[in-house]
Amino acid sequence: MHHSIDVHDLVFSYPDGHPALRGVSFGIAPGEKVAIVGPNGAGKSTLLLHLNGILRGAGKVSVCGQVLSEKTLGPIRSAVGMVFQDPDDQLFSPTVFDDVAFGPMYQGLPEPDVRARVATALADVGMADRVNRVSHHLSSGEKKRIAIATVLAMEPEVLVLDEPTAGLDPRARRGLIRLLRELPQTMLVSTHDLRMVQELFPRTIVIDEGLVCSDGPTADLLAAPDMLQAHGLEMP
Amino acid sequence: MHIHFLDPYRPLPSPVHSLDGRVKFVLAVAFILTVSLTPLGAWPVYLLLLSILLSVEILSGLGVGYVLRRASLALPFVLSAFPLLFITPGAGLLTLPLGSWTLTLTAEGGQRFANLAVKSWLSVQAAIVLASSTPFPDLLLAMRAVRIPRLLVAMFGLMWRYLFVVADEALRLMRARAARSGLARRPPHSAGRLRPGGSLAWRARIAGGMAGSLFLRAVDRSDRIYVAMLSRGYDGEVRSFVLPPVSSGARATLVTGLTVLGLLWLSGTLVWG
Amino acid sequence: MFFRPALMHIPDGFLSTLVSIVFWAMSIVAVAYALQRTGKDLGERQVPLMGVLAAAIFAGQMLNFTVTGGTSGHLLGAAVATILLGPWPAVIVMTTVVSIQALIFQDGGLLALGANLFNMAVVGVAVSHFVFTSLRRLAPHKSWGTIVGGFVAAWSSIFIASLSAGLQLAISGTSPANISVPAMGGIHALIGIGEGLITVGALTFLVATRRDLLAGDQAGTRGDVGVWVFGLGIALILAVLSPLASANPDGLEWVAEQKGFLDAARGPIFNLIPDYIFPGVSNQALATILAGIFGTLIVFGVALGVAFLRRNRKATA
Repeated sequence: MHHSIDVHDLVFSYPDGHPALRGVSFGIAPGEKVAIVGPNGAGKSTLLLHLNGILRGAGKVSVCGQVLSEKTLGPIRSAVGMVFQDPDDQLFSPTVFDDVAFGPMYQGLPEPDVRARVATALADVGMADRVNRVSHHLSSGEKKRIAIATVLAMEPEVLVLDEPTAGLDPRARRGLIRLLRELPQTMLVSTHDLRMVQELFPRTIVIDEGLVCSDGPTADLLAAPDMLQAHGLEMP
Repeated sequence: MHIHFLDPYRPLPSPVHSLDGRVKFVLAVAFILTVSLTPLGAWPVYLLLLSILLSVEILSGLGVGYVLRRASLALPFVLSAFPLLFITPGAGLLTLPLGSWTLTLTAEGGQRFANLAVKSWLSVQAAIVLASSTPFPDLLLAMRAVRIPRLLVAMFGLMWRYLFVVADEALRLMRARAARSGLARRPPHSAGRLRPGGSLAWRARIAGGMAGSLFLRAVDRSDRIYVAMLSRGYDGEVRSFVLPPVSSGARATLVTGLTVLGLLWLSGTLVWG
Repeated sequence: MFFRPALMHIPDGFLSTLVSIVFWAMSIVAVAYALQRTGKDLGERQVPLMGVLAAAIFAGQMLNFTVTGGTSGHLLGAAVATILLGPWPAVIVMTTVVSIQALIFQDGGLLALGANLFNMAVVGVAVSHFVFTSLRRLAPHKSWGTIVGGFVAAWSSIFIASLSAGLQLAISGTSPANISVPAMGGIHALIGIGEGLITVGALTFLVATRRDLLAGDQAGTRGDVGVWVFGLGIALILAVLSPLASANPDGLEWVAEQKGFLDAARGPIFNLIPDYIFPGVSNQALATILAGIFGTLIVFGVALGVAFLRRNRKATA
């Protein structure tokens, strides 16, 4: 049985020379819910972009048993559903339907299947009635949910989310946490929201300055205030 | 705060609204073309065209007042045709002495000017009805239907989608500028005048800097959008569903509309052309 | 409701059907080719980049600044787009902006869209490219080359494009050439200053923050030389045609006579012009002034062209 995500010794520097990842390794088993935390600039977002091949660094990345390479980009991008921080970057089509249909369409599915996927995905996030709306009329909470629907429609094995609760008011945040709890996929979340981590994610990886500083049960991390402080985190 | 007022589409339960966007698009363009081809002096034809237009406006629920108000925004350009009043040869109606010259307003000039004003007025109303009664995604579909390249249609779609986002950003920049544009109280010991507002060049540079900032953010945002597209399997080719068939009712409306316009054009050209 | 005075977007009803169709044909050819070239230059990124930049240019047109009391300066954006992206993508971006403006906001007519695209997306971009790349050659590695080049490119794009619009109005019989051309030219000579200033402001900002973005820094490809030549050519044609048309609208009469039966009803207005003088403006004086400006531009353009070609030859020698 393969890991859902396997990262081995990942090293990456930006074109300007700034070293973002300096040897990151971890494995995520199917069904696990893992949080990645760390201060700003630690390399969390950079790491996430390696998981579906947007960025390619030195080292090995495997998704669902397949090693990431030029040839496997297509299947891997289907398997990894990436949800970015700003939903306005992800909802780029004229209507909600078009956005949610984008993924399945590029997977090559015929029209009836695409429609079915859209309906299911929107229902899963509770936005079925918004199907014909235009994105700029929606609230940020609704946009976040639809952004999640755009990747759910591709039926991914793994969901990767970058700062899902950032910018949400308490009610929308509560709704999103409820949604994340219901979704069955393997989940990897990069976040500053330690209260959500405490609620939803049994395992936490701490990343700082491009390295994994700790990788273990969330409860252990939250019981170590020195550790939290050292990496720019605060007790929830 | 959102700039919703930038979007002219007004959802209303009217037969005009529910008519296939492709049919509306073609009919609107055909209407404007018919207006353009109607010869000088064919006033009955103009009247008929106007009545068709007004009926559509009323039927659509948009209201004649709303359409006329939006149409008046295009009016200033009509001033450029003013000279027609005075230089067209014909029987003089009115003479205006201006210094050592005399301007003669002629009936023919008046007719030419009115002809132009009416053409312009009818055309802009048709465009307003189209834009206000058709959701933009349907207009994109109409563009695909008339064979505009998919790539271009996709770009139009993106521009429209981000119009409101970027306009919001621009508004925020302007508000920040306004917040910093207060008048200082003159320091008690200073000599010389205060020059509120700064120099023209300075103001232009600030506006330019704001524009530059908007463009930069647009480029950065487009990079993030591209990453999001790649993550969902984008391969550079624009994919979309096959266009749905046009319903028989819509087709009937299209044929009727084109026939009526064709007859109007024909009669106009034969009688007054 | 915010209102943008659009002085170069010609509404429907002002251009004759024939002129509209001719310019539609020309614009379609230009845009189709630009689409191909943009695909080649930018690849997969083109859809999001063009779309969002078009939105930014439209939003940029909302940024005004007070010139005096009641009037304000606005941006068209052809020059900034050209300097930022290079000519072919700029054509596509401006096509997107002008088309959406016409369709959604009725800034310019739908039938007249072909002519408006020609003026703003084709002529505006080509002239910007020609002027900017020419002036930058004078100071290739200094930022003031970019700034001065940007200002003149922006001003020229507005001015020359407005001459094109004025001539279109004249050929259509909407406005006699000795009024429409000087009027459009005169007004846009002033508006062009605003465009130039804002463009300089934008360029200053971009040079300071992300100089790598300016396409103008990159060496011209063969296609860009084509645009340069077209830009020079169209500027010359319009520069020569405009004062001629203003002084001798008779010359346009033969064009009017080509238009066939559809426009036969039009009165022979041009016959009147030699004897008629528009009050307050003397044909001769204006024609002379315009000829002076254009003559300078022509000489300038030729001189730069020679310098450009000589430099190229030196580089390959």
